[in-house]
Amino acid sequence: MRIELVRRPQTSALFSILSPFLALVLTLIAGAILFAILGKNPLTALYYYFIDPLREVWSLHELAVKAAPLILIAVGLSVCYLSNNWNIGAEGQFIIGAITGSILPVMFPTFQNFLVLPLMMLMGIAGGAAYGAIPAWLKVRFNTNEILTSLMLVYVAQLFLDWLIRGPWRNPKGFNFPETVTFHDWAVLPAISYESGRAHWGFIFALVAAVVVWFMLSRTLKGFEVKVLGQSPRAGRFAGFSRGRMVFFAFLVSGGLAGLAGIAEVSGAIGQLRPSFTTGYGFTAIIVAFLGRLNPLGIVASGLILALTYLGGEAAQISLGVSDKVVRAFQGMILFFVLACDTLIHYRVRLVRPAPKEPAPAAAAEASHGNA
Amino acid sequence: MGMLEAILLTIATAATPLLIAAMGELVVERSGVLNLGVEGMMVMGAVTGFVVAYSTGSPWLGMIAAVLMGAAFSLLFGFLTLTLVTNQVATGLALTLLGLGLSGMMGRSFVGLPGVKMSAIYIPGLSDLPLVGKLVFGQDPIFYISIALVIGVSYFLFRTRAGLTLRSVGDSHKSAHALGIKVIAIRYAAVTFGGACAGLAGAYLSLVYVPQWVENMTAGRGWIALALVVFASWRPWRVLAGAYLFGAVTIGQLHAQALGLGIPSQLLSALPYLATILVLVLISRNRRLTMMNTPASLGQPFVPDR
Repeated sequence: MRIELVRRPQTSALFSILSPFLALVLTLIAGAILFAILGKNPLTALYYYFIDPLREVWSLHELAVKAAPLILIAVGLSVCYLSNNWNIGAEGQFIIGAITGSILPVMFPTFQNFLVLPLMMLMGIAGGAAYGAIPAWLKVRFNTNEILTSLMLVYVAQLFLDWLIRGPWRNPKGFNFPETVTFHDWAVLPAISYESGRAHWGFIFALVAAVVVWFMLSRTLKGFEVKVLGQSPRAGRFAGFSRGRMVFFAFLVSGGLAGLAGIAEVSGAIGQLRPSFTTGYGFTAIIVAFLGRLNPLGIVASGLILALTYLGGEAAQISLGVSDKVVRAFQGMILFFVLACDTLIHYRVRLVRPAPKEPAPAAAAEASHGNA
Repeated sequence: MGMLEAILLTIATAATPLLIAAMGELVVERSGVLNLGVEGMMVMGAVTGFVVAYSTGSPWLGMIAAVLMGAAFSLLFGFLTLTLVTNQVATGLALTLLGLGLSGMMGRSFVGLPGVKMSAIYIPGLSDLPLVGKLVFGQDPIFYISIALVIGVSYFLFRTRAGLTLRSVGDSHKSAHALGIKVIAIRYAAVTFGGACAGLAGAYLSLVYVPQWVENMTAGRGWIALALVVFASWRPWRVLAGAYLFGAVTIGQLHAQALGLGIPSQLLSALPYLATILVLVLISRNRRLTMMNTPASLGQPFVPDR
C-alpha cells in the first residue's frame, strides 16, 4: 500500500474550509487515545478539556484573557508567513514589548495621569517592532537566515528580562522576589466589564488588529504585495515590489503586534513584570496562525480554541491530575494535523496497491476473462 | 590533572552534543530536506535515554532507546513533508513543539531523580598519559562515536557512490528523479539518520553532560546545531570546528561566571546565542558563496510525476 498525491487542477474550496475542522477532529481522537494510554477515561478527560471551561461566565473571561495575546501575535505572524518571512521569535518580541511598555510605571511611578496607558501601549509596540527589526535587518543587509536569528533572540530576551527583574527593576519592597513593583492604577489596562470577570482591553485590541490586518490583506494593494512576494518572489520583482522593504514591513507588523500583546498581558492580566509572565504564547501563536489558515479572521477562532486548551489543561490538572505538559503535546498535535490536512487542499490523496511483479499482465488478462 | 586539560575536556563535553546533532542535520540538508525539528528530536532523545537508563540501570540501553526514539520521531516529520508534501519549515516547528510537550509529559515523574552516568572508558597506561591521556583515550563512548560520525559522514558523502547520489538528490531532485533515483526513499533514509543522530545527541545530554532529566534541557542546542550546519557551509569537518568553537564559548562563559568578574551572569549566558547570530552574519554576508554551498533543492517540495 502506497500513498500517491495527485495535484488538483485548482485548489479545493471545500477542503480550504474543512481542513482545520478535520484537523481538530483528528486531534480529539488522538487526544482520546493519549488519555486512554495515561489511564484516564477519554470522554471525561475531553469533557474537562473542551467543555467544562465554557460553562461559566468567569471562565469565558479567562478564555478571552488567554486568547488576546495569542490572536494579536498570530495576526502579525500571518503577515510574515504569507510573505514568506519565517519569524519564529515572536516570544522574544512579546517579552521586549512587555519590558519597554513597563518603563513608565516601573521607572517613573510618580508620573500618573491618563496619558500613561496609551504611552505604555505605544512603547510596547515600538519595543516589539524594534526587536523584530533586528532579524529583518540582518536578513536584508547580510542575507542571514531569519529563522535562526529570530529564535536566538528569544533566548537573549528571556535572559535580559531575567537580569532586569533580578537586578535594576526588582521591587525594593518585594522581599527579594524577582518581580517589579505592582503597577499603579493609571497603568493597569481596564477590564471590559468589571462585574463579570477579568477579560481586559487586550481582547478588544486583538479583535481590532484582526479586522484591520484582514482588511489590509484582502482589500489593499499592500496585501496583494504581501501575497505575491510570498508566493513568487520573481513575479513580485517584475511587479516592482521591493523584497527588502517587505521583509521589514512583515517583521515590524508582527513585532509590533507581539509587543502590544506583551504589554497588554502585563498591564491587563498581571499588573507587574515577573519572570513567569511568558507561558510560551509566542510559540503557541505559530500554531494559532496555521490553524487559522493564515487568515486573520480565522485566527480569531483558532486563538479561542488554543486558549481553550490552556484553560482545559488547568482544569484537567486539578480534576484529573494529568500533567500540564499534556497541553503542549496537544498543541503540537494540532499543528501536525493541520499541516497534514492542508495537503488535501492542493492534492487528491490516493492509496495505491503495490503493482504485482512480472506476471502482472497475464493475471490482469485472466481477471478480465473471469469477469467476462 | 592540569587546569588546561580540565578545560579542554569540558569543551569536548559541551561540543559533542552539538556536533552529533549537526552531523545528522548536515546529511538531512545535503539530501535537500530542511528539518527544523532538531530541538524536538533531541529533547525526546534526552528524556527517553534518561527514563530507560534509570529504569534498567544501563546507560547503554538508554542510549540505544534514545537513538530509536529520535529516528521514530523524525519519521513523523518524514511522513508529513515527504509523503504529504507539507511545508518543511512549519512541519519542523511542529516537531519541535510536539517534542517539547511530549518530553515534558513523559519525564514528569523523573524530574530531579539521580541519573545513570555513562562512564568514561579507561585504557590502562594510555589513559594515564600526561595531558593527552584523558583527552584522547579516556572520554565517554559517545565522544568517540561523534568523531567517528565526522569521519564516516565525510567519507560517505564525498568518497562513495551512495553519497554522490544523496548529494545529487539534494542539489536537483528533478534531475535525480529523471535518472531513476528514488528521491523520496533516499530522503526518508537521510531524515531517519538525522533523527537518530539528534536522539543520540539528546542522550548525551541526559546520560553524560548532566546525568539528570530537566525539562527543556536541550536549551536551544538543537537550534544552535542547525546554525552550525549553515556556518560549516554543509561540510563535515567544518561542523567539527564549529562545534568545538561553540563548546569553547559555552565553557568560557561558565568559567567567567565562576570567576565573578562583575559581568551579569545573564549576559554571559546569552553569549552562545549572540555568538550564533554573529557567526551566521559573518558566514551569510557573502551571498555568492552561500548560494554556491547551499544544496540547491533545500526545502523545496517534491512530488514525483509518474
